[in-house]
Amino acid sequence: MGLTIAFWAFGTVALLSALGVVLLRNVFRAALSLVLCFLCIAGLYVTLSADFLAAAQILVYVGAISVLIILAVMMTRNVPQGSPGNRLKIPALLVAAVFLGVMAVAMIYTPWQVAATAPAAPTTAPLAGRLFGDRGFVLAVEIGAVLILSAVIGAIAIAREK
Amino acid sequence: MALGLEHYLILAAVLFSIGLYGVLTRRNVVVILMCLELMLNAVNLTLVAFSRYVVPALLTGQVFAIFVMLVAAAEVSVGLAIILAIYRGTETVDTEKFNLLKW
Repeated sequence: MGLTIAFWAFGTVALLSALGVVLLRNVFRAALSLVLCFLCIAGLYVTLSADFLAAAQILVYVGAISVLIILAVMMTRNVPQGSPGNRLKIPALLVAAVFLGVMAVAMIYTPWQVAATAPAAPTTAPLAGRLFGDRGFVLAVEIGAVLILSAVIGAIAIAREK
Repeated sequence: MALGLEHYLILAAVLFSIGLYGVLTRRNVVVILMCLELMLNAVNLTLVAFSRYVVPALLTGQVFAIFVMLVAAAEVSVGLAIILAIYRGTETVDTEKFNLLKW
């Protein structure tokens, strides 16, 4: 019962703040709305008993990525017009609605094989086992580390003053 | 109706569609980047929901979500660096005025 209430509360706020990101004219307010949306998605991870991912969501998205985005909003501050739309409003609405309809029909009518077992309660240790243990994803983790390092060096090289 | 897999999938699909609409219609490139993050988060929500309901013991969906987060962090840092570099040259963040590749 508590999970259902939490799902509907977090889901509603996430949807409203996502609409705020798209529709608000002020770019800074849109960025703050995005932060609220990230927080609600972290709450939804908690209702899915993914506690480590909820913490990682708050650390990575709410902590780091939103700070980067707000920094970019502030550095491009003297753009006067805010967040205007282009001429594609009606076609884009059509594309998004058709996409949503196809996805919803596919999701509702597919007979998902839902497992009956309860999820692991603290997921941190099993996740570490999956990532670093036997037959795990160690190679992908190492490649990810290299990817992050090259992205950081590339970002510094692109963004610094000549 | 009890809370099930479909609830999360539909919620994630709606979030993704909102992000798609934003990417297609906004002209401020920073807002487009924000909508991209929204779409990535919706996909992550789908992965975690599948992990919880279909393979609760294996946790593969959560592992995949961690890698999506990692790539999203790399993408947003490089993307914002490119936006700042373009902004320094053209003094605008309007996608309709970005014509550097035209000649």
